[in-house]
Amino acid sequence: MTLLEVKDLNVSFQTADGVVRAVRGVSFDVEPGRTLGIVGESGSGKTVLTQTLLGLTPGAQVWGSAMFEGANLLELPDAELRKVRGARISVIFQDPLTSLHPLYKIGWQISEMIRAHDRSVSKKEAATRTVDLLRRVGIPKPDTRVNDYPHQFSGGMRQRAMIAMALALEPKLIIADEPTTALDATVQAQILDLLLRLQQDLGTALIMITHDLGVVADIADDVMVMYAGRAAEKAPKREIFYHPHHPYTKGLLESIPSSSAAGGRLKPIPGQPPSLINLPAGCKFHPRCSYAFAKCKTGDDPVLRPIDDGGAHESACWLPAESAGLSAEAEQLRTETAALGHEPVPAKGQPVGRHRAPDGGATKPGAAANNEGSVA
Amino acid sequence: MATANDTDGDVLVRVENVVKYFPVKAGGFLRHTVGQVHAVDDVSLVIERGKTLGLVGETGSGKSTLARCVAGLIPVTSGRVFLNGTDISRLSRSAMRPLRREVQMIFQDPYSSLNPRRRVGAIIGDPFAIHKTATGAERKRMVQELMERVGLNPEHFNRFPAEFSGGQRQRIGVARALALRPKLIICDEPVSALDVSIQAQVLNLLSDLQTEYGLSYLFIAHDLEVVRHVSDKVAVMYLGRIGEAAPADALYGQPRHPYTVALLSAAPAADPDAAAARQRIILTGDVPSPIDPPAGCRFHPRCPKAEDICRRVEPPLVTHEDSDLDPARTAVGTDGQPLEEAGPGVPGIPGGEAHVTACHFPVQPGESLASASAATIAAERESA
Repeated sequence: MTLLEVKDLNVSFQTADGVVRAVRGVSFDVEPGRTLGIVGESGSGKTVLTQTLLGLTPGAQVWGSAMFEGANLLELPDAELRKVRGARISVIFQDPLTSLHPLYKIGWQISEMIRAHDRSVSKKEAATRTVDLLRRVGIPKPDTRVNDYPHQFSGGMRQRAMIAMALALEPKLIIADEPTTALDATVQAQILDLLLRLQQDLGTALIMITHDLGVVADIADDVMVMYAGRAAEKAPKREIFYHPHHPYTKGLLESIPSSSAAGGRLKPIPGQPPSLINLPAGCKFHPRCSYAFAKCKTGDDPVLRPIDDGGAHESACWLPAESAGLSAEAEQLRTETAALGHEPVPAKGQPVGRHRAPDGGATKPGAAANNEGSVA
Repeated sequence: MATANDTDGDVLVRVENVVKYFPVKAGGFLRHTVGQVHAVDDVSLVIERGKTLGLVGETGSGKSTLARCVAGLIPVTSGRVFLNGTDISRLSRSAMRPLRREVQMIFQDPYSSLNPRRRVGAIIGDPFAIHKTATGAERKRMVQELMERVGLNPEHFNRFPAEFSGGQRQRIGVARALALRPKLIICDEPVSALDVSIQAQVLNLLSDLQTEYGLSYLFIAHDLEVVRHVSDKVAVMYLGRIGEAAPADALYGQPRHPYTVALLSAAPAADPDAAAARQRIILTGDVPSPIDPPAGCRFHPRCPKAEDICRRVEPPLVTHEDSDLDPARTAVGTDGQPLEEAGPGVPGIPGGEAHVTACHFPVQPGESLASASAATIAAERESA
């Protein structure tokens, strides 16, 4: 059973300069116990998307639906949403120093969180549970460290404390928003290892928001790539990395320095991401896309459509489904299509060339069809 | 080994035994010094002409402090820094001034390193004004040439930094650093604030400029793949010291120091199969305080291979045996002397051809640290 089902979510902010369309028609599902990686650059809407689910974007105009355990999170009254937030869905933010109150002891902050959701827990019981939680996330000497203030913890330990807090009420879903970006590589490895281990033990679902494709390659099951407020591509992890369809996904993968290309020239994506106030016509990626043809520039903004038989791999691009991948043939097909300015080849039922077998996908085959019709 | 007289040859910068301590003051009226932060502790290295030395390390390892010592921005506690054979660590302000144009810096955060109230033309023109090399229309022409060279529209001369995106601002920083045609540019995390697609644009620009002007770079970053991409030689810092240094291919291909091995295994790779196949070495604990660094090898409290000697004796930075992959045996040293006699235990200077490691028990080819680290973690969990 699907744990979280987000459909056609739109988020806009009214600003002095105009309406910022931060999220435009995003749909995705999260299954229990699985990890969805959301990847995107600054301003792609990945953080706004998840904060909206928890009611953390005051002043935003929101439409769409987000079903979690039978309730639409976007329509829940504040008091109800508060019961979900922290207890059923918890969040780990990027900067653990600003997420912890500097004047309260770490242990107090975690027990307070437990008692805020359940007053029947005694203070003593909450304190015992806090020590257990800190031990579980690998804080040495947790019975004495509970009495420390946040500044007495190192960056990695603070993030561990935040994870302990996120786990305190055994949520069904944890949203981790760039949890390791502020940390050093060796500490990042510790934290990712911890998250993976806890997830396996507890069966919690995880949404991992990051700009780092390396983090996604490590821990995600499924990946959604976002660009300018919309999902550009959504697929099981191996499909995204070895068989990308959207030119943006391909561009991201190619612009990372890697051992295979050491010393050579990198292949950056030219240009800049668009302003969310003044979006270009057609596909929002077309000004930076080397395969753009007439339809991309003036036609509709493409929405996610399945590009494989199972429907687990979806891409919002007019290029034919067979052009997915990093091989020379795929490249030739993309270039030819761009040169001819072809209409897309119907995706369904077309054999798709594969270089590596994907692992099981979690996306429901029907989700894309629903999405198709609902975009304004 | 030549020291002060290497005005010619391949070496542009030679850092000798540089130490930089920052005093820790007590609060209260007297504010007496109660300790020292050992930010950089006895570091030597060379930067070759037209080459890039990558400096890798975690937060607090002293890499930015070392860079500031090389740039002459902060005085060193002891040791010497030679630029083109001139010792710049003891120069007066006025004697230093003409040399400052030789070394420029590019900073991490393109938002805070540009004055938001000044126009881009004025910011890039500052080096010309300070060093009195060009005025008026000539200065404007030179600024516009620079803007064009780094990929900015010269028409945007009169705009403010706020009107540019992050990647464009970093290009402004590059143009400013390039203005006086320096020999060395110190890049302190130049791309870590940028998105991946923009990061590649700036790295390509830096590489083009190096070829065109024969620049040397001291390139500091925490992203190991970025460092590997740009660097000829790489040095790894840990708690104020260099733990390992070698040509980039040797360091990444055959890391010898357990810390380097752990760091490389921890770096996320954008390849799910590689990520799944990799034996990740999870280091226990955090970096110790640089106010009171551990005795012996500074890495021993976190090292899966640590033994008694590591706690007592600080290992020297030397070449190690059975390094057939080690180019030190056949290569030529930075002083021009062939290193053929270089066997195990020969001290080498980071930034040169030798693969040097400061470790009593360097990691052997094919050796796995993952099991050792798993055992350490299990033991720690039991004791906790």
